[in-house]
Amino acid sequence: MSFSVKHLNLGVGRKTLLSNVSFSIAPGELVVVLGPNGAGKSSLLKVMSGEHGFYEGDLQINGRAYAEWGSDEIARMVGVLPQSSLLTFPFSVAEVVMLGRLPHSTGRARDLEIVHQAIDRVDVSHLTNASYPSLSGGEKQRVQLARVLAQIWEETGPGERYLLLDEPTSALDVAHQQLTLQLARELAGQGVGVMAILHDLNLAAQYADRIVMLQQGEVAAQGTVGEVLEPDLIRHLFAIDVSIMPHPVSQRPMVVTL
Amino acid sequence: MNLQREMRAQWTLGLLGMLLLFTLVISVGVGPMSLSMAESLQVAISRFGLIELSVPQHVVSVVESIRMPRTVLGMLVGAALAVSGAAIQGLFRNPLADPGLIGVSGGAAFAAVASIVLGGTVLSPLSARLGIYMLPLMAFLGGFITTLVVAWIATSRFGTSITTMLLAGIAINIVTGSGIGIFTYMADDAMLRTLTFWQMGSLGGATWDNVIAAATMILLAVVLILRYAKSLNALLLGESEARHLGVDVDRIKMKVILLSALAVGAAVAVSGMIGFVGLVVPHIVRMSLGPDHRYLLPASALLGALFLLLADMVSRTIIAPAELPIGLITAIIGGPFFIGLIVFRARKGGL
Repeated sequence: MSFSVKHLNLGVGRKTLLSNVSFSIAPGELVVVLGPNGAGKSSLLKVMSGEHGFYEGDLQINGRAYAEWGSDEIARMVGVLPQSSLLTFPFSVAEVVMLGRLPHSTGRARDLEIVHQAIDRVDVSHLTNASYPSLSGGEKQRVQLARVLAQIWEETGPGERYLLLDEPTSALDVAHQQLTLQLARELAGQGVGVMAILHDLNLAAQYADRIVMLQQGEVAAQGTVGEVLEPDLIRHLFAIDVSIMPHPVSQRPMVVTL
Repeated sequence: MNLQREMRAQWTLGLLGMLLLFTLVISVGVGPMSLSMAESLQVAISRFGLIELSVPQHVVSVVESIRMPRTVLGMLVGAALAVSGAAIQGLFRNPLADPGLIGVSGGAAFAAVASIVLGGTVLSPLSARLGIYMLPLMAFLGGFITTLVVAWIATSRFGTSITTMLLAGIAINIVTGSGIGIFTYMADDAMLRTLTFWQMGSLGGATWDNVIAAATMILLAVVLILRYAKSLNALLLGESEARHLGVDVDRIKMKVILLSALAVGAAVAVSGMIGFVGLVVPHIVRMSLGPDHRYLLPASALLGALFLLLADMVSRTIIAPAELPIGLITAIIGGPFFIGLIVFRARKGGL
């Protein structure tokens, strides 16, 4: 079982956004998608979250074609965290997180329990009753994450769960960047397949099981952290000179710009 | 968590319901021939043959054939306008979208006026077949088509722009306004009186027949819109987010637009253009109960009904024995309210 993309092509007008992209996310792993601006990372996420219906190729969730699943079933398997949110109406934080329970019918008591635990996990419990529009960008981002967590909190009928994160750390301070990716790791530990689009090579190096490197809509490289984070490849893609060295504590690869 | 807010919402709904009943009884008694609450109640109850009537027969017939239908109509129209306002605001994620401002009422009024003026000539086969439903159906079609046009103009790849939507509304109101002007020019004296009533709005034309026609459409639309409360909540997050939560966004959008146009169309058909109810009422409810459509929609229905009953009582009494068109009263309250909203939102940064 996995969430897989095979020979994916996507074009708008004459412009090719993705060409021949193939990769998959298995339950329990954290796959980080990297690449320079315009590489097609967000387009890929949009195809995988069902927003661009006009792709060519093969998209499968848990062994069944994407289009064969009902939208309610997909909502119970796949959570998507968008880059920014449009919500301007004065919902409270708890009400926003509660919206994540919409695809489920587990009953109000259980929903409330999950909502509170999700709020706790992203460290916003002090804001439970605050009005969403009054929060800072980073707080909003964490509340949205809690909403998505509540959505895929536990496995229900249709099958294994996946979480798609579109630059989840972009609005966060250093501590909450770590917190968010630790959370992603924990979820992977619970059997969720997680895909995260990131910009920070070192966050990727620190947390990813596998990295998919995109360039101009194509997969430039994919594999383990050690395989993909290569000085030559990074120089080629990002036009910066780097050196890869072991992290002094964790011994994981670390990217140092020269 | 929000148990507090939910409790308050339930209390508010109950309170609004009771206030509405109370106002209903008063509204029946208000007018050139004034009745006490006890007398109004007596007339209402005597219908069921429970008590002996101490009120003279001519009073009973005034109440039964003039005041009762008018009061019921006021409640229906108020609820229809407020609920469709709340729903359209949720759909487009902007509290400034009002059926009147974005041209829906204008489109409905244009179609209704067209069917009055042309009903005896070009459209007579149609009006013979549809009877009393002709007017509300035409108004619905007019409202529906204008809503689609406005939504089409305002929606681009980047979502729905409220600025474009309001501008489109202004343009459409100009077009429908001049259309109504042309029909006014063609109309004879008898039609003219009816047409003036469209432009300023009035509940004065209420008869049991058109109350029943309007009630069928409005109750259907309102009840069906209430079923989409949760989907509308999800839509406030954004269309993509709602889709990720399993909401069939395109279908819901179409249905809510259709149902709102049905409610507004029916309301405009029986009462003309009564503006700002759909803007003011949901806004007040949102300020006290928050944006949750599960409470916002029913509370708007009740408060809308209450608001229009009160406005109608003012319209009947303020220059008695003459009547001030009710659309003027809601506009006098709603216009400054709208200006206030714009100023407040502009100061806070952006419409």
